[in-house]
Amino acid sequence: MSKLISLKIDGQQVEVEEGTTILEAARKINVNIPTLCHHEDLCVAGNCRVCVVEVNGRERLEASCCTPAPEGMEIWTNTAKVRNARSEIVSLLVSEHNTQCTTCYRNTNCELQDLAAEYNVDGNRYLSVLKPGLKVDTSSWSIEKDDSKCIRCQRCVRTCRELQHVNALTAACKGQDMKISTFLDLPFNEVVCTNCGQCVNRCPTGALTERRYFNQVWEAIGDPKKHVVMNTAPSVRVALGEMLGYEIGTRVTGKMVTAMRKMGVDSVLDTDFTADLTIIEEGNELLQRLKKVLVEKDSSVKLPMITSCSPGWVKFIEHMFPNHLGHLSTCKSPQQMFGTLSKTYYAEQKGIDPKDIVSIAIMPCAAKKYEANRPEMSDSGYRDIDAGLTTREFGLMIKQAGLDFKNLPDTEFDSIMGESTGAAVIFGATGGVMEAALRTAYAVVTGRPVPFENLNITAVRGTDGIREASIKVEGCLPEWNFLEGATLNVAVAHGLKNARIIMDEIAAGTSKYHFIEVMACPGGCIGGGGQPIPTNAEIRAKRTQAIYEEDMGKPIRMSHENPEIVKIYEEYLQEPLGHKSHKLLHTHYTPRNRY
Amino acid sequence: MANNKLRKVDIIFTPYSAAPYEILRLTMQKEKNAVIDEIIESGLRGRGGAGFPTGYKWRFMANQPGDEKYVICNADEGEPGTFKDRKLLVEVPRKVISGMAIAAYATNSNKGFIYLRGEYNYLIPALEKELLIFHEYAEKFGLDFQIEIFSGAGAYVCGEETALIESMEGKRGEPRNKPPFPIQEGFMGKPTLVNNVETFASATMICRVGAETYKSYGTDDQHGSKLFSISGDSPKEGVHELELGMKISDFVEEFGDGDTKAVQIGGVAGFCIPRKNFETAIIGEGNTTGGATMIFNSTRSMYNVLHNYLEFFAEESCGQCTPCRIGTQQLLKGIEAVKKGEKPESYLNDLIKLSRTMKITSKCGLGQSVTNSFVSIVENFREEMIY
Repeated sequence: MSKLISLKIDGQQVEVEEGTTILEAARKINVNIPTLCHHEDLCVAGNCRVCVVEVNGRERLEASCCTPAPEGMEIWTNTAKVRNARSEIVSLLVSEHNTQCTTCYRNTNCELQDLAAEYNVDGNRYLSVLKPGLKVDTSSWSIEKDDSKCIRCQRCVRTCRELQHVNALTAACKGQDMKISTFLDLPFNEVVCTNCGQCVNRCPTGALTERRYFNQVWEAIGDPKKHVVMNTAPSVRVALGEMLGYEIGTRVTGKMVTAMRKMGVDSVLDTDFTADLTIIEEGNELLQRLKKVLVEKDSSVKLPMITSCSPGWVKFIEHMFPNHLGHLSTCKSPQQMFGTLSKTYYAEQKGIDPKDIVSIAIMPCAAKKYEANRPEMSDSGYRDIDAGLTTREFGLMIKQAGLDFKNLPDTEFDSIMGESTGAAVIFGATGGVMEAALRTAYAVVTGRPVPFENLNITAVRGTDGIREASIKVEGCLPEWNFLEGATLNVAVAHGLKNARIIMDEIAAGTSKYHFIEVMACPGGCIGGGGQPIPTNAEIRAKRTQAIYEEDMGKPIRMSHENPEIVKIYEEYLQEPLGHKSHKLLHTHYTPRNRY
Repeated sequence: MANNKLRKVDIIFTPYSAAPYEILRLTMQKEKNAVIDEIIESGLRGRGGAGFPTGYKWRFMANQPGDEKYVICNADEGEPGTFKDRKLLVEVPRKVISGMAIAAYATNSNKGFIYLRGEYNYLIPALEKELLIFHEYAEKFGLDFQIEIFSGAGAYVCGEETALIESMEGKRGEPRNKPPFPIQEGFMGKPTLVNNVETFASATMICRVGAETYKSYGTDDQHGSKLFSISGDSPKEGVHELELGMKISDFVEEFGDGDTKAVQIGGVAGFCIPRKNFETAIIGEGNTTGGATMIFNSTRSMYNVLHNYLEFFAEESCGQCTPCRIGTQQLLKGIEAVKKGEKPESYLNDLIKLSRTMKITSKCGLGQSVTNSFVSIVENFREEMIY
């Protein structure tokens, strides 16, 4: 531990470790200093200058986010000089901003708006320096970029660079022309972007938003000829409440289901069902790959196998490691499995013409929108998923529907494709797919449950960027004898920065793993690019905790025991990795370049 | 205290006929600490404009641990109205390089760069030739110090030392948050000493003439001599070496055209002195200067002068921090609006207030110094802003 120093903030003594910023020291004693460019997930920028404070003896104000707390000094955060400076800085930002707040998607959830209100800035104090004629970039299926709302805080740039190692966004030009730009200022759909939406989650204003599709969904719901099925991802139910007045980390599954029904959705189903299905297909794929490599010495089969549920991650590997796509599981993501089955199995079982089915996915994700629009995602003969909405869009729809959400009764998902297990629920948190897969694979191979208390494989849980575990396989059923005594090495990575570390090892041939779970977003889906804003480590931890509570509350906690899963294999798919599975549930990938 | 009258001196350009790099050789016979003491004793301040005491900077650098330390010569001479560094690099590059080598010797640094502004690329062949000679002598003297030329890309802000370092690292030229200062964590995170071209040349000459002689020039506050880039309405435009501490009235008498209305000291980031203050203002006292001095006679519109400055700032701000990026645009648009009658003349007071906020909140010297010329022109030539 480094040296402790003491200083005074607004007359209050505080002790902090040397190197602590003034902002952190102030927060320690609950002194609130406003910020805009600062984000605790990101490196310090010191750009916006909203957080300035007065340090005794210095004429200049210091940006508290990037100035180390000075030993023995007195800091003042609320003097006339400080307030005046902050007010002028916010006024300047407003003068550069498209202030049509009433029509902004981020209206009432905007950090600039909050500050402008707090300082009661006069919009006419300065002349407008907003560049005329700025166009919104709507070229991407996932993300919209509106430069007229941008305050140049560079949170998005830092997110894309530090957390995701993608660098789709960068600061370009200087002075009055300085802006946040894509590579060569190309439209968003033409640059290397994984559509993860982490930039959207950290944008303080409406400059970066997801592309919205809820109006089309309302249209379908209102069309009597259409049969609308909606599926919701596991992490939506632990975050949606934040949009509707609940504490962070509140589970609202039952009310969410009721809300969808009241909105007029014909069948309220669960992505968790296809998450369980993913585990069966992917688990079997892993076992098959192990057999081919270990027994048949087939060198064309790649290990480690890596999960493919996260569409941001899939696009990342397609761009960054196009020569290593063989490592990706061929399984579609739960959203896309759901889409295909909704227009085949479900349609058949319900006797509905698939052309009349509109399949909607409610996702914590921005990249799911892109995934739904991939040309290959039409194995049902139709567009498998018609629209992917974010948790945020869905929350807005509930408000638009005029529902008194808090007073809705809890109800259950419809059937078929509404049943799920705890294993599927934990898909929503980093490490969850791995844990779910291990629960099933171990049971398949040995006939016994995984040797962990309450089935909780805590080694793969947590928040470290990369986590690993080794499991010794003992007492195999005869069919899996070749695995007897083998140690299965697995790893979990979240955030594309960590995915790159994993992939660099694979590319160098030094990877020691057999199976890897990768999620594009920090924290996994609970921290997805479509989740309620804001995000930070504390919020993600609370959502994660809710996910594991939901798992513990489920009567069935292993995917292969889901009765609807058992049934779909009996009635429809026949066997994992069978002919139908291959046609409907598996996909292929596209090598892409770095432009 | 001002000097009695303006005095031209000849220290920096004076030829010395000894063998190449003789001053370096002789200096290297002294203790490293003694060399730094000599620079401290001379009172030399950074000649780029900020005016930090050079000797103390060197001492901090010498005290930095590590076996990878850099010395950078800031030759990004971008301040409008300054051209003295170019003259130094053309006429006495050896003195500049010697100064870098002396600094490297005294501070245990082993790698040097000349950060040359893009527009000066035509100097590269001559400088490379001189560097060949230098490296030969450095080896002879047992000095482990290699110098490379780094060509800048033309952004004004890259004259700011941390933006300069960012640009050398291949990044966007944006100033860093300080601390840490370059002396602590500079180029590639290593201790880095950045000095202006003239500072190095002056250091060489201090080692030659001695601190005492050097200090005999100037005033109690500003020691030695300084190069002035004189431009504008002057029959004697060019680079002149002058003793520090002269009154503006003496300066105007020597360099003006008899009709001088205002003098801009320290480039566009400096102050504009109106005629009424010529008697009392002293160049370099209370306002260190990089030496860019522009003389305006009564035919000049100070509105146009300020407008030109503000256009420059609005374009050359790096754009990362709010007060500088938007503040410069507001000042520019604001004086236009007042001139056109779209804003009342009292709006000038709001703009002065804004420029003062920029001074205390901007991230680097660029945004912090806009207020200097803005306030001094608007306050002294208010009627020209309005009518």
